[in-house]
Amino acid sequence: MSSKQQPNLPLHRQILAGWRSIWVVRGHLSRRAYLLFALAGMLLPLAAWWWLSGSGLMDKVFMPGPMDVLSRVYTWFKSDNLLHDMWISTYRVVAGFALSAVLAIPLGLMIGSYRPVQALLEPLTDFIRYMPAVAFIPLVMLWVGIDESSKIAIIFIGTFFQMVLMVAEDVRRVPITQIEAAQTMGATRSEIVSLVIVPSAKPALLDTLRITMGWAWTYLVVAELVAANSGLGYSILKAQRFMQTDKIFAGIILIGLIGLTIDQLFRWLHRKSFPWLYKK
Amino acid sequence: MMDNKISIEAAGKTFGDGVSNIVALQDVSLTIAGNEFVTFVGASGCGKSTLLRCIGGLETLSSGDIKVDGRSVNGPGVDRAMVFQHYSLYPWLTVMDNIKFSRLLQINREDITSADVEAASGRADALLDLMGLTHVSDAYPNQLSGGMQQRVAIARALLPRPQILLMDEPFGALDAQTREVMHDLILHVSKLEKTTIVFVTHDVEEAIYLGQRVVVMAPRPGRVDSIYPVKLPAQRDQDMKLAPEFMQQKREILARIRETAGMRTDRDLLERMTRQAETEQQNDMQ
Repeated sequence: MSSKQQPNLPLHRQILAGWRSIWVVRGHLSRRAYLLFALAGMLLPLAAWWWLSGSGLMDKVFMPGPMDVLSRVYTWFKSDNLLHDMWISTYRVVAGFALSAVLAIPLGLMIGSYRPVQALLEPLTDFIRYMPAVAFIPLVMLWVGIDESSKIAIIFIGTFFQMVLMVAEDVRRVPITQIEAAQTMGATRSEIVSLVIVPSAKPALLDTLRITMGWAWTYLVVAELVAANSGLGYSILKAQRFMQTDKIFAGIILIGLIGLTIDQLFRWLHRKSFPWLYKK
Repeated sequence: MMDNKISIEAAGKTFGDGVSNIVALQDVSLTIAGNEFVTFVGASGCGKSTLLRCIGGLETLSSGDIKVDGRSVNGPGVDRAMVFQHYSLYPWLTVMDNIKFSRLLQINREDITSADVEAASGRADALLDLMGLTHVSDAYPNQLSGGMQQRVAIARALLPRPQILLMDEPFGALDAQTREVMHDLILHVSKLEKTTIVFVTHDVEEAIYLGQRVVVMAPRPGRVDSIYPVKLPAQRDQDMKLAPEFMQQKREILARIRETAGMRTDRDLLERMTRQAETEQQNDMQ
């Protein structure tokens, strides 16, 4: 602002004023500046990594360089069936996540809408969600076996209980006046749920799904501890045994990239599904 | 038949768990005639909103009865529409779809003919026109100003032709100019639609300008304190706010509200503080 009012300021003063203006609490940042900062946030760690691995300060075994990792990704792709690992891991995560969503959304809707259901299920869910998913591995192997369903089950256990509570919270955040307005227009209970609560909570629900999808990915390595012989998580675990740090790096970064892609897909879906949120 | 559209009989409402109770309404009795415009004012905690919500069926009375057309209120009903202060519109629906929301409900879909549907469509268009919303019918609520949003809320409430319109500080969040426009609009609606309007506000000027009677409620426990028939011609216009009778009535009602709330006037407070400062000064000198 101040730089606009005084266009005759010397250049260094203008830059200083611009620098100050972006540090206002909850201030405004232009799209270009935003991209610049985002790029810096991604590239600076990369540069630091590059420098550190090339400096000779650290052993290659502990800190492989970006080029080592890249070439490892290439050989993995060429001779070690990288695409299959990526596919099977994505499948496990998405299947566990989808199963959890299919159950958590209606259940959370019930908990958030009806007090008796809340009293019945919320304390129980709170109790279970503190249990470590890893600890369930022996039980899952006993109950579900050691095939694909066991990996999906672990991801489900890690995601479901958190998701139920978050869905219930999204539902409770629907403004009471929206509900009361429908009541005074003669809406029945089921109409209030289907015509008011669900559409009103939808954007928040999609955000909840996006966030819990991230959590589902963090359970991948745990899930692939269970008698797996493929997958990104499994490959990371196997690479550990052979001290292939470059492959560990590659696996972790690939998981991050897939996660980032899915996250962006969710954001895109959000913009497409709820145009009314983005119109001003 | 026009008489006693709403009769409130010894209505009482207590909030609480039995240990710490708040008496929101105590022994409230009042009748409201058909097509009457009654406004409720009072200090905060006087139960005016609670009373409105009880008429709307959103709260149940602890004792007494509220009858609409001789039948006890038992939950919300389509004969009583309600307009809230804010956040009641559906942001995912366009203005037109918000107004037509009640047509999605089962209660309005039973035994309906195509002629009914056409009539309802015509009504939605007419209300859009009446409220000056035609040019924004495809916009979403968050693209509209607060005043426009309240117009949508009123149109939505009016669509099913309710006999009673309950308004809970509907213009409380609007700026003064917008509020004046809304006042004339709602008076017009009251005349055109022959709706009985019960209007809760904290703004005494608004209460007098709109109401045929102003009901003053008193807090702790919430009760009706006094009722002022408004001495203005039926056809209101903004200039009347400058008339001596209007100002006189406004002063009277404001004084009454202050008394019921046990509030000191600014002058009382100023005098007390001055005295206190003087004594302190004397103490310092000694």
